[in-house]
Amino acid sequence: MRYAIIGNSAAAVGAVEAIREHDAENPITVISDETHHVYSRPLVCHLLGELVDEERMYYRPLDFYEQHQVEPMLGVRATGIDTQAKTVSLAGGGTVSYDRLLLTVGSKPFVPPVEGIDLDGVFTFTKWEDAQKIDRYIRDHDVQSALIVGGGLIGMKAVKALMARGLRLTVVELADRILSTSFDRTASKLAESILRRAGAEVITGTTVKEIVGKEGGGIDHAVLRDGEVIDCDLVIFGIGVRPNLDLILPDPEKNTGIKVNRGIVVDAHMQTSVPDVYAAGDCVETYDMILEVERPIAIWPHATRQGHVAGCNMAGVEKTYEGGFPMNSEDIAGVPTIAVGLTDPQENRDEYEIIEKYDRAAQTYKRLVLHRNRLVGAICVGDIDRAGIYTGLIRDQVDVTPFKEHLLSGSFGLISLPKEYRKHMVIGEGIVV
Amino acid sequence: MKRIYVNEEYCIGCRLCEVHCLVQHSQSKKIIKAYKEEAPQLMPRLVFEEEGPLSFAMPCRHCVDAPCLDACITGAMHRDEDTEAVLCDEDRCVGCWMCVMACPFGAIQRNLKGTKAASKCDLCYGEEMPACVAHCPNEALTFEER
Repeated sequence: MRYAIIGNSAAAVGAVEAIREHDAENPITVISDETHHVYSRPLVCHLLGELVDEERMYYRPLDFYEQHQVEPMLGVRATGIDTQAKTVSLAGGGTVSYDRLLLTVGSKPFVPPVEGIDLDGVFTFTKWEDAQKIDRYIRDHDVQSALIVGGGLIGMKAVKALMARGLRLTVVELADRILSTSFDRTASKLAESILRRAGAEVITGTTVKEIVGKEGGGIDHAVLRDGEVIDCDLVIFGIGVRPNLDLILPDPEKNTGIKVNRGIVVDAHMQTSVPDVYAAGDCVETYDMILEVERPIAIWPHATRQGHVAGCNMAGVEKTYEGGFPMNSEDIAGVPTIAVGLTDPQENRDEYEIIEKYDRAAQTYKRLVLHRNRLVGAICVGDIDRAGIYTGLIRDQVDVTPFKEHLLSGSFGLISLPKEYRKHMVIGEGIVV
Repeated sequence: MKRIYVNEEYCIGCRLCEVHCLVQHSQSKKIIKAYKEEAPQLMPRLVFEEEGPLSFAMPCRHCVDAPCLDACITGAMHRDEDTEAVLCDEDRCVGCWMCVMACPFGAIQRNLKGTKAASKCDLCYGEEMPACVAHCPNEALTFEER
């Protein structure tokens, strides 16, 4: 029995740890095109912002592979999968054979076709290598200002990094407000004002049309759709990510037979349509417990959990993934924010009840979205303490009718919950997600 | 594993659990020094809740299947191999507060004045009995294997 894992991030680690809980012997090979020991992708912005050093980038101790008897093949790109022969082919020749394969191939930044996109000084921003390239570029080209294309969560990470580097920033967002997928309008506008107060310019409702280089190299300026000219020395695209399907997409030359929709299709055991091939993390689509659809939700906690579930099943111990919902904790220019679940329903709006509390003086905002007396979404800006209780209520679909009026009170806590539910939580041996 | 169990019916709201938690996690381990010199950088690692006659302390549950472990982006949050406790390596924590978002008990707090890291119960690592349990005068907190 041989395990092979393509990818080396959260889902891969979750799987390795789960496999070794149940199978101490059979070999595990981890194949990654990156050369780094397992590190934290979300910390890439901290690295670029010089908020953590390289040593703190590592997500697991440096003896992780030895401890878990993993054979790492780092800096080696997988180029194809033969699901009949059960082999993974590698760039530069050679194959790795497997009995159970896990795909944790992640996501790829989406970059729109924009004139000047190939210029030096235009970057995407998801990997360690990206941070290194941007860092070098900032040092070599005396970069003073940057344009960040995309006002979503990746854009906010770029803001965090580059603000820490002291650059003059402009954020441009195509929607009419930043963070439009995780926040409602009030929270978005509050976030915009926080960014502006911190010195960034925020432009919404438009996007970049062209990036114009300088003679002799480097960026001179960018032109927006409406013709506005933004002077900048650096452009970062942080619009969003899509599942990385390079290895899997059915193409006549390398048809793997693995079913793909918006992401790799998996069952509750994280197994793909091909037996013995599993997938987890940003590359898959899984059940959104709130929207009740299958879709990719590219966030770290889900990747870890899915990897764990995949690893258990690969090692022959049945475990199911129940699904999840979006959740993000993001620092916006020093202001903590949390957004969980469905925060701004667009369809059948009359079915939802919204309760909000906006403290202008304190610059804090909380918004809860209820559907049939069950919490389905929460936003906290400024005050995030104990926000996890909301997350738990969303996951457990608890009827909040008896304590609805306490949900936004300053003293809200487990004490506000019905006694039976509280007891169930505190007396149990530990919750199961 | 042994866990702290909360019996709200017995809690008299004295908050000695908070006091002794803070002292136990201080440098001096002396009550006056800890409160006069080390607080407010130090904070109790459990949450105390009170409303009318009802009160209880809420330390980390050290869940079997802990959501904070999945959510932590740095690897700071980890399960101790020897005790099975969920611990936070505060030197590695960057304060992203994913754990605060994930913990359904609201048992992880932000230490904004001191470490700037996630602050949570460590079952008084190395001690036979957590300080909050040892000093609870009415057995509202117990430390046992169930």
